[in-house]
Amino acid sequence: MTPRTLLDKLWDAHRVSAETESTPGVLYIDLHLVHEVTSPQAFDELRSRGLKVRRPDRTLATLDHSTPTLPPDADGRRPYYTKEAETQVATLEANVREFGIDLMGWDSPQRGIVHVAGPEVGATQPGMTIVCGDSHTATHGAFGSLAFGIGTTEVGHVLATQCLLQRKPKSLAIHVDGGLQPGVTAKDLILHIIGTIGIGGGTGHVIEYTGEAIRALSMEERMTVCNMSIEAGARAGLIAPDDTTFAWLEGRERVPKGDAWERAVAAWRTLPSDEGARYDREVRVDASTIQPSVTYGTHPGMVVPIHAPVPAAADAIEQRALDYMKVSAGKPIAGESVDVVFVGSCTNGRLSDLREAAGILRGRRVAEGVRMLVVPGSEQVRRDAEREGLHEVFRAAGAEWREPGCSMCIAMNGDLAQPGQLVVATSNRNFEGRQGKGARTVLASPLVAAASAVAGRVTDPREYMNQEAAA
Amino acid sequence: MSTNSPLTYVHSRTAVLRDENIDTDRIIPARFLTTTQRTGLGRHCFEDWRYAADGSDNPAFALNQPSARGCAILVAGRNFGCGSSREHAPWALLDYGIQAVISNEIADIFRGNALKNGLLAIVLSDAEHRWLLDNPGVELRIDIADSTIRLPDGGSIRFALDAFARHCLLNGVDQMGFLLQQDADIAAYEHRMENAA
Ligand code: SF4
Repeated sequence: MTPRTLLDKLWDAHRVSAETESTPGVLYIDLHLVHEVTSPQAFDELRSRGLKVRRPDRTLATLDHSTPTLPPDADGRRPYYTKEAETQVATLEANVREFGIDLMGWDSPQRGIVHVAGPEVGATQPGMTIVCGDSHTATHGAFGSLAFGIGTTEVGHVLATQCLLQRKPKSLAIHVDGGLQPGVTAKDLILHIIGTIGIGGGTGHVIEYTGEAIRALSMEERMTVCNMSIEAGARAGLIAPDDTTFAWLEGRERVPKGDAWERAVAAWRTLPSDEGARYDREVRVDASTIQPSVTYGTHPGMVVPIHAPVPAAADAIEQRALDYMKVSAGKPIAGESVDVVFVGSCTNGRLSDLREAAGILRGRRVAEGVRMLVVPGSEQVRRDAEREGLHEVFRAAGAEWREPGCSMCIAMNGDLAQPGQLVVATSNRNFEGRQGKGARTVLASPLVAAASAVAGRVTDPREYMNQEAAA
Repeated sequence: MSTNSPLTYVHSRTAVLRDENIDTDRIIPARFLTTTQRTGLGRHCFEDWRYAADGSDNPAFALNQPSARGCAILVAGRNFGCGSSREHAPWALLDYGIQAVISNEIADIFRGNALKNGLLAIVLSDAEHRWLLDNPGVELRIDIADSTIRLPDGGSIRFALDAFARHCLLNGVDQMGFLLQQDADIAAYEHRMENAA
């Protein structure tokens, strides 16, 4: 048999019917994750056609994007940003009741950002196909599942038929050799990769991340890497499952138990790409040369090492991005004055991320005039963080400890920056206006974010980490 | 219902947005995504680019130029539609009056979403694209049946269009209907998988 890539194996196993010249193939979807923003019109479509949800047991919903991150008032009323946001949440609550779908809702101890909560409950498993009306669905590829974002029309298709019409994407292997230096994180790695291949560099492809640096990553770090695959234009990111994956999943609520677990693991061990399998494209990256990295422009491909000078604009469009960001070519981003720091999102809102940020903040204070928001990715992350006392560290430092949700990543729930403010954010998009009209976003790791909060300027976290080592 | 009306051609002058990497947050900012409808997003299309702080039209925005008004064909810089998977982006463009987007690279999810809603998303070669960027206001007729853009001087440009997307556009076929017809195959697949488990 010809050697197959992980993508080939996932694709073949889910093919209901093959693609032809005149029609795309039919691809079966094992898990459909749903949230309030991209689903209402899809449920309407089902209703207007008199259809049911084909597999409610393969569908799982959560509330995350429009939800407030401040607690309810004394009467239990939640501080929704707008009436429409409240209606949108109520609409999903009504839709899941009508169609019989599980919802990790307000009363659930599992509620969280869809890409944080899904893996936590063990809904995400190797070998699956997973979709969601959200482009960061690529996160779940960290488990060796083919996971990608879809639009609302396709959300309707999956609700009704559990299938999608698809043509097979191309494969791109990114081999990451070497190891990350101390103070350099998975976030810096993926920012570096996006800067290397460009934000359109993965268009039409599914990326498989391989190599010794990837194998050494924890599941949380692998999720951070796969999460931002879409920022390089790729539909999905994949990492082959291994013992790290299985150890992380074992015992979680929705994974198989007992003999079924053993059988599942045996099957998952056959997933990694075969020796000699061919990719459409391959790229090599050396992890050991990567520095803490930050964005300086208005898309995630405009990224530089924190101390490196911002490159000169290649054309009028790039100059416009520099003007919007109020940064000058030739000067590094380190030292830029900071107004807001946001730690959270499906990229960096997990326990390990909060621990890293807290590690810098412990015994220190957020600089005068800087607002810092720390938003756990899920109720589970919140509980775990509070058990360790991380919330006390954040509060003592002067940061706000919020309830789980997307928050300032997309700024549609009222958590936003003012025009002109500079935000150091651990999220994934620095598009114009993403964090509020006129807001300027610098994407960074939780370490860089926390160090920048303390200094009031974009700061290399190693300055604080070295002090600790010396003390 | 999302069944689209058949689309055989688009005939219009072009409006040009030269910017590269126009992301879906710029096409429709996230704060307008709290809607539970598909309609009415046109007035917020390109909102933060199109209006000045006082709510008046921003004269620097290319689509606000008198010559760009009423144009149904948008020629945009490389990697149009990148970022979020929000289908609100093609909904907003269509509601604004755009029926076709042309670039030399269009982001995957946006392209799929656009075609499913009857918004043509056309990728041309760098040279053809550059010419269109440099000649705003040119009158084009885009014929879907033979995937050809016809220029006023009699010249023409062929473009690639997936055969199934073409079929759906020309006949107003909705893909949900097509998928529902695969029910027997889907059931057989599910049966196979459950027995294998
Ligand atoms: S945290 Fe940000 S990127 Fe992740 S799902 Fe929420 S809005 Fe999307």
